Order: sequence, then C-alpha cells, then structure tokens
Amino acid sequence: MTVAQQPEALNFECETGNYHTFCPISCVAWLYQKIEDSFFLVIGTKTCGYFLQNAMGVMIFAEPRYAMAELEEGDISAQLNDYAELKRLCEQIKRDRNPSVIVWIGTCTTEIIKMDLEGLAPKLESEIGIPIVVARANGLDYAFTQGEDTVLAAMAHRCPTQAPITENEKNERNAIQKLLNFGKKKEDVVQEESEYVDHPPLVLFGSLPDPVVTQLTLELKKQGIKVSGWLPAKRFTELPVLEEGYYVAGVNPFLSRTATTLMRRRKCKLIGAPFPIGPDGTRAWIEKICSVFGITPKGLEEREAQIWTGLEDYVKLIRGKSVFFMGDNLLEVSLARFLVRCGMTVHEVGIPYMDKRYQAAELAMLEKACQEMGVPLPKIVEKPDNYNQVQRIYELKPDLVITGMAHANPLEARGINTKWSVEFTFAQIHGFSNARDILELVTRPLRRNNNLKDLGWDKLVREEAKI
Amino acid sequence: MKLAYWMYAGPAHIGTLRIASSFKNVHAIMHAPLGDDYFNVMRSMLSRERDFTPVTASVVDRHVLARGSQEKVVDNITRKDAEEHPDLIVLTPTCTSSILQEDLQNFVERAQLEAKGDVMLADVNHYRVNELQAGDRTLHQIVQFYIEKARKKGELPTTKTEKPSVNIIGISTLGFHNNHDCTELKKLMGDLGIEVNAVIPEGASVHELKNLPKAWFNLVPYRELGLMTANYLQAEFGTPCVDITPMGVVETARCIRKIQQVINAQGANVDYEEYINEQTLYVSQAAWFSRSIDCQNLTGKKAVVFGDNTHAAALTKILSREMGIHVVWAGTYCKYDADWFREQVSEYCDEVLITDDHGAIGDAIARVEPSAIFGTQMERHVGKRLDIPCGVIAAPIHVQNFPIGYKPFLGYEGTNQITDLIYNSFTLGMEDHLLEIFGGHDTKEVITKGISAESDLNWTKDGLAELNKIPGFVRGKVKRNTEKFARDRGFKDISAEVLYAAKEAVGA
Repeated sequence: MTVAQQPEALNFECETGNYHTFCPISCVAWLYQKIEDSFFLVIGTKTCGYFLQNAMGVMIFAEPRYAMAELEEGDISAQLNDYAELKRLCEQIKRDRNPSVIVWIGTCTTEIIKMDLEGLAPKLESEIGIPIVVARANGLDYAFTQGEDTVLAAMAHRCPTQAPITENEKNERNAIQKLLNFGKKKEDVVQEESEYVDHPPLVLFGSLPDPVVTQLTLELKKQGIKVSGWLPAKRFTELPVLEEGYYVAGVNPFLSRTATTLMRRRKCKLIGAPFPIGPDGTRAWIEKICSVFGITPKGLEEREAQIWTGLEDYVKLIRGKSVFFMGDNLLEVSLARFLVRCGMTVHEVGIPYMDKRYQAAELAMLEKACQEMGVPLPKIVEKPDNYNQVQRIYELKPDLVITGMAHANPLEARGINTKWSVEFTFAQIHGFSNARDILELVTRPLRRNNNLKDLGWDKLVREEAKI
Repeated sequence: MKLAYWMYAGPAHIGTLRIASSFKNVHAIMHAPLGDDYFNVMRSMLSRERDFTPVTASVVDRHVLARGSQEKVVDNITRKDAEEHPDLIVLTPTCTSSILQEDLQNFVERAQLEAKGDVMLADVNHYRVNELQAGDRTLHQIVQFYIEKARKKGELPTTKTEKPSVNIIGISTLGFHNNHDCTELKKLMGDLGIEVNAVIPEGASVHELKNLPKAWFNLVPYRELGLMTANYLQAEFGTPCVDITPMGVVETARCIRKIQQVINAQGANVDYEEYINEQTLYVSQAAWFSRSIDCQNLTGKKAVVFGDNTHAAALTKILSREMGIHVVWAGTYCKYDADWFREQVSEYCDEVLITDDHGAIGDAIARVEPSAIFGTQMERHVGKRLDIPCGVIAAPIHVQNFPIGYKPFLGYEGTNQITDLIYNSFTLGMEDHLLEIFGGHDTKEVITKGISAESDLNWTKDGLAELNKIPGFVRGKVKRNTEKFARDRGFKDISAEVLYAAKEAVGA
C-alpha cells in the first residue's frame, strides 16, 4: 500500500448538536437482559415510556424486568413525597419480581426538578433490603450508549473490595471461571490455572452478550492471560472484585466515565488500547494487554491474516468505496478504522461525544490505518448537525451512509445507500470471529442494491430536496 | 408516581407532531432534550416516509438548564425558516420544557419578527392531555389561526360552493389505516355527488384553510381527532358537522342518511336511499356475509373488543348487530371520553371496560376466554400467550399495520375488509369441532387471576404426553380446563387419567 502523501493530523470539529440519536435510557433494554437478577426502574414521564415502548419493539411484550415510574403532575409540583412514592413502587417491585438489585435511571425530568435520587437511594435501600443503584442516564447530558456508561460507572462502586474469602471461594465466585470449569474435576482446574502466565488481576468492563464474553475471554487465555472478572457480570451478585492496583480494560469506546471511575475511585490501572472491533482492533487490543503484562503475543499475526482471508468476499464489495458516519452511538471511530482497513474511504466521522483520552489509542490507530492505506484522514465531527450533514452528503455522494432510522428511508428514496446505525449496537461485533458480522451489516445495502441495480429504481422522490 | 410498562396513548407532543407533519410544508420544532425526536424514527419506519420528517429539536441541554434557552429557540426557528421556507413553524413544548417554564410564547413572538413564514406555539399541557387530545387541540389551533388571519386580511370567502361539498377533518399521519380510509371517503363522496372541499390535516396546505367555510358540511370520521375543529367551524360559520363514523354497514348507512339530511336542509334535494340499498345488498359483501352459512357458525361466539373510542365502538356494533357475535366486554383507553363510549356500546355488550392498564385488560381477557380478541398490538400479544386469535383494530400499532395494499376500515370497501378480518380471526370448521370434543368452549369461572400466574400443578410424564397429542390450537384451553378440574378436586399431579376425567367432567 502507498504511504499518504502528506501525513496530516486528524481534524476535529464541533457543530451545533442538532442530531438524532436514541435517548440514553435505552440502555435498560440490553442491560436488563445482561444482568439477569436486576430490575431497571426509569423515573421519568410518558415521553420516556413512549420511547422505550416503541424503540424496544417486541421486547416490551416479553415481561421485561424494567418499568417506568411515571411522574405525574403531583410529583412535579412536589405535592407528593418522592421518597414515599418511590418506596411504594420499589416495594411492589420487590414483591412481584424479587430482584437482587434495583437500578434507578434518572431522566431529564428528575434532573430539572432536582429529585435527589442519590440521596434517597441509600435510605430506601436499608429499608427494603435491596441494593439500589442510581444512574443518571438522561438526554440533557448523554447520548444513546453513554447510558450504559452511567450505569456501569455506578455499578463500579458496588464491586466488592478485597473480599475476605479464601482463594478457592474467590475462584468459585467468578462466573466465567465457573462456566469454563463446568463439569471438570478439581485437579483439572488446578492444572488449568498453570496455563496462565503470572500477571496482576485483569478485569474487563463493558456489557457484551455472553457468547462474545466467552470468545474474548478464550482469546486472552490463548496468550496466558486470565480474566478475573467482567463489569457487568451475568448477575449483580457476581460483580467482580476490584482491589487497588488491579488492571482494567474497556471493550467499548463509550465507557469513559466507567474508566474514570475505575481509575480514580477504585485505584485501578487502565490499559488504554484500541477496541476489539474488527480483526485489526482485536489484535491491537490483545497486543496492548500483553505488552502491559510483559507477555510476547503468540500467533496473533497469523490469526489476523486468517480472519482477513475469510473476509475477502465481503471486503471485495466495499474496497475503494466511501462511507459517511452521521454519528449517534460512539462506535464510529472504531468502525471507521476497521472500514479504512477494509479499503474504504471515510468522508466524515460524526460522533456525539469524543473523549480523546479514553479513545487515544483508537484515534492513533485510525490515523495510522489511513496513512498505511493511502486514504485521506476523515473529519471527526463532534455534536454534529444533521441538517448540515445531509447537505454534505448530497455534495459528497458517499457510497454508504451509516445513520439513524430517522434519515435512512428518506436518503434511500434519494438514491443514497444507508445502513441503520443502531444495528451495530445490538449485533455481535467484538473479537476475531465477529468481524464477519460487521461486514455482513455494512455490505447488506450494497448487496441488496447489486440485486436490484438493473431496475432503474434508484431515485424515488419527485423533486430534489429543497436547499 | 405510577408503575407503568405500557401505554396506549402517547405523550401530548406526539399528537401535536402528528398534526404538524401531516400538513404540507409545516415544520415543527420541539423544545426538547436529545433523544426526544423519536417521532421521526416512528414516522420514517412505520409509514415508510420517503421524505424527511419535518420535525427538528431545539435541544435542551445543561447550558439551557443553567441559563435558559435565551437566543437558542429563536435562532433555531429563524434558521429553519431560512433553510426550508415552511409556511408555518409550530414550536412544540415537551414534558421537559413544560417544567422549565420558559416563556416560549415570547420566543415565538420574537422569531415571528424575523421569520417569513408564520410561527406559533402549540398550546398543550403535557401533564393533562395525551396524544389524542393534543392532536385534536393542535388541529383546532392551526385552523383557528388561519381563519382569523384570513378574516383580518378580508380574504375569508363568504359563500358556499355551488354544489354540495364537504371538508373531511381528522385524517393524519401515523393514524390507523388513515390513508386508505381517506381514499374510501373521497370515493364515497364522489358516489354521493358531493365535492370534497378540503381534507385536513393530511396533505393539506395551510393556505387552503381559509376555504374551509365554503363547504356545506364537515365530516369527522374519527371521534378522537377533528371534533374541536368542527365545533369551532360550526360556531363561527354555522357549518353543520356529521360525526357518525361510517364503519360497518349500518353505521355507514346512518352516516349517509345524516349527510342527506344536512345537505337537504341547505336545499340540495338528494335521496340516497336507493344508493344505500344497492350498496348494502349487492355491492358490499358484508350484508350477504351476515346471511351466509359461514357467519351462522359464528353465532353466539364470544369476543372481546378493546381500542380507541372510534374503532372499539364501531367493531362492537358490527360484531353484535351485524354478525350475531356475543361481545362479552368492550373497552376503551380513551378515559377522558368514557361517557361517549359507554353510551355507544352499552346495549351491544355485557360489560364496558374503561382503563389504560394493559395488565387489567390481559386479566379480563384471561377471565373471559373469548374465541377471538379485537384490540391493539398489546392485545395481540396477550392473545398469543393465551392461544386466542386477535384482529388488530386500533393503535398502538406496528409496521405490519401500515399495509401497502388497499385496506380501508371506513365505507363500503371497509365493511368488506372488516368482514375478512373478523372471519379470519375466529377458529372455524374442523377446529371448532375439535374444540367441542375436548371440552367445549367457555368456562364461566375465573381460572387464573393474572395471566402471568404460574401453575402450582405438576403434570406427570404420561399426562404431558397425552396433552401433547392434542392439536396445538386447542391445547392451551384443554390444559387450562384440566388444571381447573384438578385444582377444584385437589389433585396435585395431573396424569393421563386426570386429563380424561376432566374431559369427561366437562362433557357430562
């Protein structure tokens, strides 16, 4: 590959923040499924409820372990007592569902009326005997996936410190360990322990589907690295032990608050790495963890090459094409970096919020990828303005726009290929084996349009959009 | 505070946005935090809109919280005015902005000084009205605004149209089968020799609103949307309003007779009896269906109905009056308009249910065990869990309730569509026969209190094997009947013997 003619730095911009994204309370939809003994109570209005009900589609009918505490006029004007009201609802939840933790999701409304959720929670917790975790996942401060960040940051405070238990029991507490040891004899387990290199405990953070957790854990095991725990675990009662000096690593780019909390409050050491999205990202992630522990990675280069070979039929479809991220879920930089490696040109990376420190390694990797692939560096637009972006899209005519559902159909009707961005949040995209799933998503509009290309049905609106 | 998992009617701003985005070249600006513009997703997904939904947010963030919106809202309005040149910009408050208590009216007035288009503030209280009421109010507000504007300019027409004409009021975006209904109504008016003066709000331009007084009468097909506007036009211009929903054969005839009366009072001299007769007996298939053997098999079957006022009331009447089906209860989530509903349906069902609690509805369905449910998407899912078929007749709805094919609920073609929907929802023929074999239809007593209640009974291996031999669509009912039988007699385990003893007990 050619080296870029003028290695310039990434260009950061910030627009008006008039963009479409999901409200961060949407995190309850995947977190209640991840944390099996939890109950999420969203304290907000009909607007919040309406969003959840419609955005989560069929999931709402599966007896979800989440509900709205719908605020009424009496709550707003403080004619009703917040504490008494929350107590009544939480007792009902305890009676009906008996969860191990109730997570209160603070919303815009609780912010504005200054409902002191953090103050009420400990009192109510001791009264009803169920832990209450407070996360302020509101649309005033955060976008979409950042909701998970606020919840995990709050959960980080609940992780046990240096639990007063024996080494054996400690192992037992570890969910993944238990899973891997399932059905094995004690001696085998001890023998397996020796497969690991001696390194300080490592805890990973970020909510991923269980199969992906297993995949990434096994991937590290191949390098002799033992994952002592995950934040979050499958159950609230299985939150990992976090002692001072433990190492932590993030698996998703939107977890900056959690990272900060783990460093500052739990005195853990953060391994700043690119995120394990795409084979290149996964390799860099593992290599970085290895380097911190002084391990020489084994067989990673071959592994990555082998994955790329398997992707060739999809990469062929997008090589040389261009992509535009409108930005709504903070996965954009990692995805852009992977797509550049696939041979795409990225015009613009819209992103709701850019934490240059937490994402430093990822940004550096994006820059390097662009230079090595000989494509121009993309513009990174924080807090984008969707209207302006649509004008830029008309000008640039990208081969693919990754965008929210509000813009997808109108853009398609104007002959512009789109991929709905939210699918990247719910699909399994981490690790070596899921790289294909990312490309499955990215290439779907292109494959579909290849099938339809001879029909002459590209533009299906009568007049062009007015400027 | 209220513990809620599901709501039937959305928040107020959704109603306002539905009206604003139904009009042509009207833009809505929400005063809302990030993420509240979910309406755009719904409109783009559900009704598969090709155009960008004309709704943007003036984002309320930390800065706004600290020091107020200041210039932000005004800037957003004037910016949108310059970008898209809308005829009207509707500033839409949300639950968040209504507790911030900013002087939005003042922003509107300031923005109006600069904007070329009109600017108005939607007058809805988030904590007092829901989506449907807000929609009704916003439509009234926009109509009133343009009528008064035309009056000031002296542009208000003073005469009626030469031939009888109508305004169809209440067709809106994201409304249940609204587009198909609109086409059907236009066709019906064509058949009756009545000109359509205007259809609002869907597809209308605000400039047409000044012509509303030219119509001889207003037709408001849906109870939930348009009555405030029609009442306003009646008070201002004496335009009579026909508010009988032409859904079902009898109600369509009643609507047409009312139209005849209203326009004859203004000197039209029409007689629609022949048309009604022809349509009823020979064109629409619904009346003939009522007479056919198929419908005979439906006689006395149990059904329950739940939805918005318009559709639940109309369906209840159709089921009971036109098909001889036994409507055990009919319900609505339009609590604010419950008296009207009660008055409409009370003679056509055993019981009237007014609630917006989906749990109560689910339990009421489990208690009655009807042969079919007619409700919203929520009732469809309750039906799935209880193995009872469900026809969806009202919002809240999913993308499959925005069919591409022509499926009106109103008018004579509507009667055909509804007949299909009802007929296909009941289990019939051979299935019916099997139901009889395995213990008949309906158990009067309450079997389980809540539909999610777990069974405390244990099925033995042979009992379960026997149960699994029973065809799937009746298995649930046989299981419940057997469990009730076992519970009544204090059996803890259910074996094959108990299953057959239960069958015999019901048969005896």
